[in-house]
Amino acid sequence: MTPFSFERAEKASASAGVRYLGGGTNLVDLMKLEIERPERLVDVSRLPGDIRESDGAIVIGASVTNAALSADPLIRQRYSLLSTALLSGATQQLRNKATTGGNFLQRTRCHYFYDTARACNKREPGSGCDALEGHNRFHAILGASEHCIAVHPSDMAVAMAALDAEVRTIKADGEGRTIPATDLLRLPGDAPERDHVLDDGELIVEVRLPANPPARQLYRKVRDRASYAFAVVSIAVALDMEDNVMKNVRIALGGVAHKPWRAEKAERALEGAFVDASVFAQAADAELQDAVGRGDNDFKIPIVRRLIITALRDVTDLSKEHSA
Amino acid sequence: MNDQPTTKWIGQPLDRVDGPAKVTGAATYAADYRGDQQAAIGFIVEATIGSGKVSQIETAEAEAADGVHLVMTHQNAPEQAPFGDNADAGRFGMSHAVLQNDEVRYYGAPVAFIVADTLEQARYAAGLIKVTYQADDSVFDAFEHEDDAFAPDSLDGAEEADVDKGDFDAVFAESAETLDATFHTAAQHAAAMEPHATVAEWDGDKLTVHIAVQILSSARKAFANTLKIDPANVRIVTPFVGGGFGSKLGVHSEGVLAALAARKLQRPVRIAQTRRHVFSNGPHRTNHRQRIRLGASADGKLLSVAHETLGAMSRDYPFAEAAASPTMASYAADAMKIRHRVVAANIPHVDSMRAPGEAIGTLTYESAIDELAVQCGIDPLEFRLQNEPKQEPASGKEFSSRTLARCLREGAELFGWETGPVEPGALRQGRLLIGRGLAAAIRPNMMQPAEAAAELYRDGRLTVELDMTDIGTGTYTILTQIAAETLGLDPNAIAVRLGDTDYPKTCGSGGSFGAGSTGTAVSKACASIRDTIIDRAARLDGDWAGVNSGDLRIENGNAVVAGRSLALGAILDAIGGDSFKGKGQVEPGKAHEDLAQYSYGGVFAEVSVNADTGEIRVRRLSGAFDAGRILNEKTARSQLMGGMIFGLGAALMEESLMDMRFGSFMNRDLAEYHIAVNRDVPRLEVKMLDTFDQNSNPLGSKGIGELGICGTGPAIANAIYAATGYRTRKFPIHLEDVLDHLPAL
Repeated sequence: MTPFSFERAEKASASAGVRYLGGGTNLVDLMKLEIERPERLVDVSRLPGDIRESDGAIVIGASVTNAALSADPLIRQRYSLLSTALLSGATQQLRNKATTGGNFLQRTRCHYFYDTARACNKREPGSGCDALEGHNRFHAILGASEHCIAVHPSDMAVAMAALDAEVRTIKADGEGRTIPATDLLRLPGDAPERDHVLDDGELIVEVRLPANPPARQLYRKVRDRASYAFAVVSIAVALDMEDNVMKNVRIALGGVAHKPWRAEKAERALEGAFVDASVFAQAADAELQDAVGRGDNDFKIPIVRRLIITALRDVTDLSKEHSA
Repeated sequence: MNDQPTTKWIGQPLDRVDGPAKVTGAATYAADYRGDQQAAIGFIVEATIGSGKVSQIETAEAEAADGVHLVMTHQNAPEQAPFGDNADAGRFGMSHAVLQNDEVRYYGAPVAFIVADTLEQARYAAGLIKVTYQADDSVFDAFEHEDDAFAPDSLDGAEEADVDKGDFDAVFAESAETLDATFHTAAQHAAAMEPHATVAEWDGDKLTVHIAVQILSSARKAFANTLKIDPANVRIVTPFVGGGFGSKLGVHSEGVLAALAARKLQRPVRIAQTRRHVFSNGPHRTNHRQRIRLGASADGKLLSVAHETLGAMSRDYPFAEAAASPTMASYAADAMKIRHRVVAANIPHVDSMRAPGEAIGTLTYESAIDELAVQCGIDPLEFRLQNEPKQEPASGKEFSSRTLARCLREGAELFGWETGPVEPGALRQGRLLIGRGLAAAIRPNMMQPAEAAAELYRDGRLTVELDMTDIGTGTYTILTQIAAETLGLDPNAIAVRLGDTDYPKTCGSGGSFGAGSTGTAVSKACASIRDTIIDRAARLDGDWAGVNSGDLRIENGNAVVAGRSLALGAILDAIGGDSFKGKGQVEPGKAHEDLAQYSYGGVFAEVSVNADTGEIRVRRLSGAFDAGRILNEKTARSQLMGGMIFGLGAALMEESLMDMRFGSFMNRDLAEYHIAVNRDVPRLEVKMLDTFDQNSNPLGSKGIGELGICGTGPAIANAIYAATGYRTRKFPIHLEDVLDHLPAL
């Protein structure tokens, strides 16, 4: 661990050259492995943060823990897919520590990112990507580049993307800004070292969930085991139905890309359409037409197709048949 | 088999006698040891090539870092015997030299060892070391280098690499029903909760090593052979071990590094390997390819069996796993062909792990047998029963006892196995495809040399000492029960002391032989005290002549038998001593040479497969097992349950991914290397037959630790077949493997 200075934030303020410590469930591990080497660490985990209603919207302080957020009655009633997503991630111990702001900024679990002896453009820009021809079962099928095929591991961020959440930040110059959750994280392109669009020292202060979310919501995570495991792939769906017509359709996919993947092509295929199994298949196929497997992860394409179709089937009650 | 004697303490579900020490933190594991002098902390710098040489290593920056006392590399490491020297001492006792020259033997081998005041300082300094390598051609993938395969000189779990019985090719060619299936089983790491850890401390020429190992006597040899010192000057102390699973049978690089550094610094050195380091500086089970060919008559009589395995042996480290071991013992067949082949590879040490041989052998063989049964149109339980052998199929040896069929039948009853044809995928609950499967479990029963010393004091307290280890299995408890039984003594009056080479030498823990071997030695040590008491008492009081020694009890400092009572003090006064001392010793005898000895089980699984996503979950596991006489009903059950959980992991999760371009394991933490944990484990039902096998040892017990793992994995695989129609050719089984067998949407 490279020596660093540590201070505890008194108030939510941003300054350049600083890394923020939330629950530390990911950053501290990465510091021990010297994958992350912050020189100044500012602990923002104890800044006051709560969950409050504001004009129908919900405002979540960045320091609210995943455990608290998942258990909040308002969240469970109106944004149930967010609660489900949070509870499907990590373990209760980790959720007790992990924060809302920090969850967005957790880093990929790519084996080659974690092994400092291996080439990784995300860890060391320009060094190459050993995952391309390596063990890449967990890697991206959408929006990847020849520089990086890593996926973002968060469940919460997928839910936030589907719910059209907004992230409020303050920059080092004191200016605030609002970033759609869908755009907070980015695709790798030729700069996979940048997971997100935040500037140096920019601090997430709160997350806003818009009022009147779609009534029908579902989060489903496909995982290798029932206990603590990152998603193989996951889906968040939110939509309204009126006279069997789908409206306000929002779909986000996890485990498929460098960021939570808003399935806009599928959304377009479904918006205004009658609930129908063939429409679901068309939507899935539209979304996956550009999907690329890298070997070990080829199976993600048919799995995601099945996941989109069955999630839509369930969220629209096309099939009343539920798993035991 | 014969009747089990009536007992008071043996078999009772006694709570672990070390339980309170463990839950209060009083139990000290290797890295918990604190001596008079504060230890410095070590950290390993790993090689990042699989094979080649260190051409340059820059250490100045690390040496200058805060708190650093030593940067040890091959350039300044003390002289040691070359790695592998004293091969006669076996792979655990031979020289385990580290940093002996510029050569890199495997990916992750230590190239430097940093010792600092704190872990953080040492770890930071490790990052300041700059190493330049000259890599050479290396072998990581055994299958790519199959042309270089050879039959290993020795094999863990079988006497010969090759076994031929009858003419396999001819019988196979004439078999009405045949199966030719090639399986792949994964590399695995034991992933014990306690990592490999050591505190090494010198006092002049004498070295004391507090180290996480399963076998103390071979650890002592390893240090003596490596450091070229007298074994009498090496003391190994290991009172508690946080899980071994084979990974701590021998010593590992961290132990030798700590001993070398402690001598150079004249200060104790402590190191607990990091979890990532354990994946290269701890041993692993290598991946195997196993081809199984089976032939049967149309009515399901097994006629021909071939099992050919290929895996990697790490260069200079002689270990190969007998994956075909269960094949040689499970079912009768006229013709048998067994081949074990290995390729020498530049990979981290491959060694015994959780039921070496049977764990991966039953995975494949019991899957293949199941497939053949279905092919013959016979219920897989019935198929197994009708191919039950009279003698050990490969060797023709008589069995010491044979209860496999009984285990299968009782397991079937416990589980509620329904015979008759089942169409795969026919059983559904909503979105879930339900499948049920079974498999046989079999595991060789071994005996190893062991000695024990017991001492009974005037007040009726007993101490028992031996260099056995308790690796979490319950050894302290069962040895207490055995001593209590033999002397008719309350367990609370007994102190069992383990884990110190100052105590009599044993085989340690491994191969499920620990309880039977050391339990017998303890029983004999206590019996010798008992006999002394009766003999001496008879001299003092003629009434004692001819009493049944088995009826003796020690109560309140008195020897009591059938209405007679004498103070232990009175007997001791007559002898002129302060205590009674007894020694016990055991060696494997003829019964272990001449007879085929096994523990048995029948394991049944119910799984669900999500019809949408292919996600596989185990819903129910039941097993009936025979491990001879049960020494402690509670710890034995825990052993079997733990084994079943590992079997579940082998079927569905545990897989160490090596990148064959580099020879490095990639998923080196427990978020990526999945071990089955609470939510993955369903209700486990365990039935123990509780028999008595006098051929095994005088206690009648058999090895139990590794039995539960056997059979569980293939029972799950066979259940997945029943759910989906998918017959696996690889382990672990992932959701994508069943994708093509899911119902259309």
